[in-house]
Amino acid sequence: MNKHEILVVDDEAQIRKLLQITLESNDYKVRLATTGKEAQISAAHHPPELIILDLGLPDKSGHIVLKELREWYNKSIIILSVIDNEEDIVSALDNGATDYLTKPFRTAELLARIRAAIRRNSTENDESNIKIGELEIDIISRTAKKNNEVLKLTSTEFNLLSLFARNEGRVLTHQFILKEIWGVGFQTETQYLRVFVGTLRKKIEDNPNQPKYIITESGVGYRFGK
Amino acid sequence: MKTSATLQYRQYALSTLSVLTVSVLCFLIKDEINYRIAALILLLTVSVVAMLFDILPVLLAAFLSAVIWNFFFIPPQFTLHISSTEDLLTFLSYFFVASLNAVLTFKIRQAERKARDKEEKEQTIKLYNTLLNSLSHELRTPISTILGTVDTLKDSNLQLNNEQQLDLLNDIDIATVRLNRQVENILNMSRIESGILKPKSDWCDMNELVNSVIQKIENCDGHQLNYTVNENLPLFKLDIGFTEQILLNLLHNAVQYTPSNSIIEIKIFHESENCKIIISDNGNGIPESEHQLIFDKFRRLPDSKTGGSGLGLSIVKGFTEAQNGTILLQNNHPNGTVFKIEIPAETSYINHLKNE
Repeated sequence: MNKHEILVVDDEAQIRKLLQITLESNDYKVRLATTGKEAQISAAHHPPELIILDLGLPDKSGHIVLKELREWYNKSIIILSVIDNEEDIVSALDNGATDYLTKPFRTAELLARIRAAIRRNSTENDESNIKIGELEIDIISRTAKKNNEVLKLTSTEFNLLSLFARNEGRVLTHQFILKEIWGVGFQTETQYLRVFVGTLRKKIEDNPNQPKYIITESGVGYRFGK
Repeated sequence: MKTSATLQYRQYALSTLSVLTVSVLCFLIKDEINYRIAALILLLTVSVVAMLFDILPVLLAAFLSAVIWNFFFIPPQFTLHISSTEDLLTFLSYFFVASLNAVLTFKIRQAERKARDKEEKEQTIKLYNTLLNSLSHELRTPISTILGTVDTLKDSNLQLNNEQQLDLLNDIDIATVRLNRQVENILNMSRIESGILKPKSDWCDMNELVNSVIQKIENCDGHQLNYTVNENLPLFKLDIGFTEQILLNLLHNAVQYTPSNSIIEIKIFHESENCKIIISDNGNGIPESEHQLIFDKFRRLPDSKTGGSGLGLSIVKGFTEAQNGTILLQNNHPNGTVFKIEIPAETSYINHLKNE
């Protein structure tokens, strides 16, 4: 199997080094970039399987680099930044970031996110039957099973679950989910979302109080995966 | 708020007014008293004015009263002319004493103010030093651990076995987590103190929030964290980030400062338009005399164990008050502590949606 290639964009030498050693020892091939410009050139010449992007770059804002990359690059981009305010996170996700991790981070967590994001690249969208952990979701027959037992889901619950499943490993913002499920005009009605995530968790999680599938990203949205 | 200019203006007006009032009173009884007694009464007035006001209004009062005394009281009356040498000397001494009075009183008050300022400054410096000491201790201890441990790990003369290495790496891990928590605390504190802290209200499932916070609490082995999910709880509209930090700090403290095997209980209610959070423990409790002080920045119980910057509870208070909430600390019975927090919040019972 070919090694997956990851482009690491960070202006801090220590972080680049840490990521290079960690990723290479986990069987990834690593390319490094220090500036936004370098990142764009590198990505254009050797399109990687995944990009890890810092938001605070010396030549231009990571937000802009992200937008420019997204004009042509459609694989996963994980933001790794010290910026931890919700506005920046939501804005990065709305601009096409797959996931967001704040520094300081644990490498185990980063590796888990990378695995999920790369898996996502290969199972993008058009599958009609999605298997995640013990769950199996059939988009066409609109049925979901856990351990081969059919789950009794309401129509909205199923829509929510299939939206999550089609976006495994990606953080979906509240606004995005509300627009997808309830339509334009409902983007601020997060109360619906809270209720349905609560009921869905009761049906799909082993312990709804310690969810493993639907993970809350506080103030931002939800991440789905196992 | 009054500017210093209007205060100054008011002092001139009041000193003029008091001299005029006393002069009129003296003038009314001038047939009963010797005109030199009037001078003494006016001098007394200037002295009183000198005790209250700045130097310029007082000098004005001195000058004004001298002129009035001359014009209305010294014969020949209603002229500024002074006929007898004796009266001229009295007038001149009056003017001199009144001015001297003004200057001396002013100097005394200035010296007093300086002494007071100095004392206040010393107090502030003392407090600041205490704060700095506790904070630098909290930051330097983990940094020392990390540096020292790394040196030991790098030392090629030492033949550390795998287990020892792992043990040392674990120490670095713990120290870094501790350092990170203090940095978070300092950042949160400066957000609160910046005064630009604005809550962002969003619908919050408190059952979910409490459960996720419980999972984030480290080193809770030996402690029981009890929370029973309340299915009838509505959604509350509040700042989720602030509320999460409030819960995190209170639970972290409860785990840190109660003996192991202590039971920590979390309860959430909807009570009179508030989200009410109650966190109680059966630890050793906090002495009554500390109940108010404990929320002050850098305040720690006199004999509490090392570790901790004294910022946690002041952040809890800051994030509660930023949401217009209140926090109350009480003794638990028979022993331990109860924190009661009330945050005014809109609620939503949209359970009927569940069957859509």
